[in-house]
Order: sequence, then C-alpha cells, then structure tokens
Amino acid sequence: METFHIIILLLDATFRVATPLVLAALAGMFSERAGVVDIGLEGKMLGAAFAAAAVAAVSGSAWVGLGAGILASIALSLLHAYACVTHKGNQVVSGMAINIVVAGLTPTLGYAWFSMGGQTPHLGGDARFKSITLPFAEAVHDIPVIGYIYAELISNHNIIVYLAAAAVPICAWILYKTRFGLRVRAVGENPHAVDTAGISVDWMRYKALMVTGFLCGIAGSYLSTAHGAGFIRDMTAGKGYLALAALIFGKWRPVPTLFACLLFAFTDAVQARLQGVELPIVGVIPVQFIQALPYILTVLLLAGFVGKANPPKSIGEPYIKER
Amino acid sequence: MSEQSPALELRRINKSFGPVHANKDISLSVDRGSIHGIIGENGAGKSTLMSIVYGFYQADSGDIFVNGQSCHIENPQSSIKAGIGMVHQHFMLVDTFTVLENIILGVEGGYRLSEGLAAARNELIRLEKEYALEVNVDAIVGDLPVGLRQRVEILKALYRGAEILILDEPTGVLTPQEADHLFRILDTLRKQGKTVILITHKLREIMAITDNVSVMRRGEMVAHVKTRETNQAALAERMVGRSVLLQVEKKPANPKDTLVSIRNLNYLDADDVPRLKDINLDLKAGEILGIAGVSGNGQSELLEVLGGMLTPTSGSIRFEGRELVGSKAFTARNLRKIGLGHVPEDRHRSGLILSFSANECTILGYHDKPEYNRGLRLDRKSMVETCQSYIQKYDVRPPDPYLKASGFSGGNQQKLVLAREMEQNPDVLLVGQPTRGVDIGAIEFIHKQLIMMRDAGKAILVVSVEIDEVMSIADRIAVMFDGGIVGEIAASEATETRLGLMMAGVRETRPGAKEAV
Repeated sequence: METFHIIILLLDATFRVATPLVLAALAGMFSERAGVVDIGLEGKMLGAAFAAAAVAAVSGSAWVGLGAGILASIALSLLHAYACVTHKGNQVVSGMAINIVVAGLTPTLGYAWFSMGGQTPHLGGDARFKSITLPFAEAVHDIPVIGYIYAELISNHNIIVYLAAAAVPICAWILYKTRFGLRVRAVGENPHAVDTAGISVDWMRYKALMVTGFLCGIAGSYLSTAHGAGFIRDMTAGKGYLALAALIFGKWRPVPTLFACLLFAFTDAVQARLQGVELPIVGVIPVQFIQALPYILTVLLLAGFVGKANPPKSIGEPYIKER
Repeated sequence: MSEQSPALELRRINKSFGPVHANKDISLSVDRGSIHGIIGENGAGKSTLMSIVYGFYQADSGDIFVNGQSCHIENPQSSIKAGIGMVHQHFMLVDTFTVLENIILGVEGGYRLSEGLAAARNELIRLEKEYALEVNVDAIVGDLPVGLRQRVEILKALYRGAEILILDEPTGVLTPQEADHLFRILDTLRKQGKTVILITHKLREIMAITDNVSVMRRGEMVAHVKTRETNQAALAERMVGRSVLLQVEKKPANPKDTLVSIRNLNYLDADDVPRLKDINLDLKAGEILGIAGVSGNGQSELLEVLGGMLTPTSGSIRFEGRELVGSKAFTARNLRKIGLGHVPEDRHRSGLILSFSANECTILGYHDKPEYNRGLRLDRKSMVETCQSYIQKYDVRPPDPYLKASGFSGGNQQKLVLAREMEQNPDVLLVGQPTRGVDIGAIEFIHKQLIMMRDAGKAILVVSVEIDEVMSIADRIAVMFDGGIVGEIAASEATETRLGLMMAGVRETRPGAKEAV
C-alpha cells in the first residue's frame, strides 16, 4: 500500500507539473505547424504569468487575471508575428528577443508597481484558482484502488489542469478536422500552395500565432495564479523550452506531445521526491544533479531516441513570393 | 458574354521588376475552346505574364478581359472567381496531404472538414470520369509519381470551376509517353469547351497540340500565328531573333580507349534507400555518353558519386586502370587534380557561389593553384585576367569579371561554370544538365563546345532530362530508371519512342518482355 500511495502522489505531482507544459506545447504546435518557429514560448509564459498575477492582485479575481495573462501573451505573439511574418525577420532571433525582453521587463515593472523586489503580492482567496473537489470524491474515497484514485488523483485539481486535459482533444480536432486546421497545416508545409489557392499566407500565420498566444497565456497564468500564489522573477525556469522539446519529441502531433509532456513532468516529480533521499551504495545524490535530470533526459531523448522527426517542411522560412 | 468575344484578352500589359522590364506592352487574344501556346526562351517573360493573369502579380499598366468583360484581377482569389485556373511549373501541392485535402484547400465549404470532403469526393469522381483523369483521391500526394501530381493540379483547377486553364512548362518532369497522355487530356478539355493556355519552350509540344501560338522574346510579344501555318524552324527563329540550328552538326564519333569503367556501382542514401543499383558503364575517349531518364531516377546520385561528392556503398570505378573507390584520390578535389572534371547539375547549389564575383567563381575549386596565389594572398590580377579570357572565349554577357555571379542570367552562369571546368583540360568531363535554363542560342554554343572536346579525344558523360538534348549530342545513350540502367543504345538507333519506353522502366533486351524493373 505504501508503494501504491507513493505512485499516486508522484502521478498527482506529474499532472500539476505537466499542465503548463501541455498548454505551452499545444500553443507551440499551432505556431510551428503554421511554419513559424516559436522559441519565444518561454517569454510569452513569463509575460502571461506576470500579467495574470499583477491583475489578479489588483482586481482580486483570478479570472480577470487569467484574461490579462492571455491578452499579454497574445500581444507578445503578435509582436513575434509582426517581426517575422510581416517583416520576414529571423524567427529564432525574434523569439529569443521576446524571451530576453520579458525576463527583464517583468521584474522591472513588478518593482515599479508593487515595490516587493520584483515580485507580485501573495495571492489568496478569489485571486487564486483553487482546487476543485469533483462530485462524489468524498463518498468514493474509501473504495479501494478505483475510489482512491478518483479522489486523490483525478479530483482536487484546479480548473486549469482540467482545461489542459480537455485542450488536447480539442486542439487535435481543430488541427485535423476543421478548415482552420487544414490551412494551418498547409501553410507550414507549402505556403506557395496556400497562396495559389487564394488564401493569405500572412493572415493565416497571424491567426495561428494568436491561437499560440491564447494557449500560452493560459499556461503562464497557471504558474502564477493556480500552481503558485504570485509572480516570482524567472518563474518559468525553462518550461517554455521544455514544452518546445516535448513538441519536437511528439513530432508536432497533439497526443504524442501530451505523452512527452507527461514524461518530462514525471521525471520532474521523481527528482523532487529523490532530493535528500539516501540510496544504497551511492548515498545521497547531490541536489544539483537530481534537478538536472529532466533536462538531461530531454537532451538524451532529442539526441537519440526520437528517430527521424519530420518537421513541417517550411518551418523557419519567411514566405516570400517568387519572381 | 457574347459568343464572339475571346475567352481571354490582354491589352498593353506592362510589368517591371526594378530595372528589368519583364513585360512590355503585351497584347494577347485567346479564342474560347482552343489550345493556345505561348513560346519563348527562358526569361522572355512568359511566366511573368501568366502570373499577372493569375493574380500573383499586379501589372503596372494594361487591361485584362475575360469573356469580353473587363476584369480586375488583384489576387489569385479573384482570378479563380473569373474562371481561371493555373497549373504551376513547380506543383503547388502539400505533399503530406491526401489528394482530396489538396483539392479542397481554399474551397473547403464550411469550417468543418467532413462535409466539404464528402461533397468534394462525389464531385471529383464526376470530374475524373468526364475528363479521363483517374487519380486515387485518398492517396498521399507525396507518394504519387509526378505525372499523377500534375493531374491533381488539373483536377484542382477544374474543381474550382476553371474555364481557362493555364499550364506553365507542364512537360518538364514527364516522360514523352506521359507528355502524350497529358496532351490527350488537354485535347479532351478542348473538346469539352475549355480554353487551354500552354506555356513552354519546347517547339515540339507547340506543333503537337496547339491551335494558335504566340511568341515572346525579351519581354515583348513578337508574333501571333496559327500553328498549322508555321513550323519549328520559323518559330525558333522568332524566339531567338536569328536562325538557329536545332540539330548540332557533328562528325561520327571515333571512340578509343576506355578511360573510366564503372562496375556494379551501388549507393544507399542516409535512409538506406537504394539510389544506385548495379550500375555498369564505360566512358571512352572521343565519345559522348548520354544518360537519359526522368529526373529523380538516380542521375543526380550517379553524378555526385562519380564527382567524388558521395561515397558508393559498393562497386568499383576505375580510371585509366586505377581503382578510385576507397583510394585517396576519391574526393571532389583530388579527382579534378587527376583529370576528371565535373560540371555539377545544379549550378546554384554546387557550381557557383552566387554572392561571389565572376572572377572569384572562376577559381572555385582551383584556388590553390600557384597562378592564383602570391604568398598568402590571392593574386587578384591573374584571377581577373583568367576570368576575362573565359568571358571572351565563351561569350559571357555582360563581359564584367567583377559582376556578382547572381547578376548573370542562367545561361551566362552556366557558361562561367563550363568555362572553368573545360579550361582545366580534363581527360574526362562529367556534365549534369548542361543547358538547364539556358537560352536556345547559348545551347547551340554549349553543345558545340562539348563536341569540340570530344573531337579532341576526351571522354564525356552528359546527364540530361531533356531527351532532345541527349539524342542530339550523345554518341551512345544509357537510360536510367529507379536507380538502375535500363539499357544502352547507340544514338543513331535511338528514337523518342524507344527511349521513352526505357525511361518508363521497360527493358527491351528480352524480346517481347515488357516488364518494369
């Protein structure tokens, strides 16, 4: 029973950690499937986390905060689009620039507005998304295994965790079963075909990047108003890059990407659990090493185990009409 | 619309790209229900003109009339609405999509795909029957052979209700038999009352299928004639502005020793796909061996292996009795040093550095020769002099050794590469697509140069997807299909039909046996 209990705890932590990864990776999926490299997921999440926490702190409503987070992220996404769709700039440079600007701007604004060393005030009450207890969770808690899993693992998460779970099938449906999805996929594979079909390539990419901004905004807001209780500088800590890695590992497809996110989140949950634990023979493993585990895993997976990833064919190339 | 008005009429169309006046006062009238050819050399402005009709570019001035009505075409959407469809030279298809998905892209009908796909499926089955255009609508486009992809493009245009169909160089990627099939399809379209505009630089096609033909030269429309009232020589003269020899004059070959012998050559690419299968060939001094085949059947790999850019998986290449595979000499650089010259088929990718000046491109690959160096510094004076002598001998225009390679036209770029490789006086010369994108006038010159080298006792291998070119300059022709050599015949015995069948993979060694390799 003890092992079972630990596994449930680990999976529970996995879900919490995976939520922003899944949302950000799906966000990146729309951008990259449309042919625009989005290394700026990190910056957009961070920007959204700050905007959500700041507005939630002032307004006292987590929902208003979420709206602000989404708007901030969409604005950054449009900036990215303006630089690399309208002006055909380098997509990696534009994304990195967004990451750097946001990393500097958020603590600066935070300091100017709240004078708390770059942080936002601690969020409580309605300013933060609270865990939801699903119906019958209490009642079935004592039923062995199934009831216990339902009450401990499935129930008691905040609304954004469930939102992320729902986002996977919804995004898959949009990408594969709708006109918008068909055009997004086409514009990332062969924008010339899209242009000759009478569809504006630039406008399609703008639309895809707005979807990216929307999803990324939810991911960032989760960090500061649901998972955490306020904004801390650099609180994304590479999650945007991790999401991008999961997207590549998942070969730009929604369901494999979900599993990649869960795998990364699981190693993160495990590393948290391993800290300070004494193992036979080796003894206590240095914390730094354990904390590096998810990243080492990322590098290993991307280097060797993904197999041949077939990225969208026109990714990274600004669309320029040929003469 | 009145019955008399032409399907498409252009009046005084002008278009400039910066200093280049691509279309000068072009007027054109295309009869309904006819096949109208537009012929001209590369860069004559044919594609620009049609891109204006399709709404890809805006004309600087001029008017377009469709069915007698003035039509303002500002983007592909409005052109599609006016009933104009275009089959581009480079297919505008998404390789990862199915045929069906490709066809409905842009005309999905509603935000959900399922209904649009179902409706399109029925409509396509009808169209396929009506025009004899069989394609499996559920196939992934990337898996289809080029001939079928082209049909998908035609279906795409018809599905959008095109009454006027523009085809831009449609036969460049087809075997002669596939091209004939395409012509039959076009004929069916004409019979059903559609109007077809065929852009090409191949005279044979104009004579084979069109009703009327318009000739363009240097951005201007120089002639409108009825096809049955003209002939190939007259059209060629109109295109170039002077009379040209369509067939190169040459003496019979006088083959001597075998200089290079290739045995059981195999090559697997990075994905372990066999690209070359048991190639056996001999290159003889004083002879031009032509390699024919539809592009993508291993010709590029063969050239790159022989040029030392790829390492074969197995097999042997002997040069003057010496085994090259596995030896130190087997690199692109060393092969040149021992007398194997190579004119790569893609001059932009491997022949030139477009941002380098002509004199810098002149020494590419030979930059370590003492005559180009003075101590640690390059000897610019000698580079420019060498370049100037090449420019003079090969009639490169403009004659400016300081102009960037990108500033020359395709034909003149090709002359720069040819000059560089030929002037090293190699014993063996490998030439890939010697006249791709080159004007008729320059083609004649390049062919003459190759034949002069042959007569000087060099062994020459010419790889070309232009069947006319191979037939006209080669002495012996080997045909490649799916990475293997289908057969080898003397040029004197070659006919288009024989070569065409071989290009489709039909071996003729066993009489009566028609079997794909």
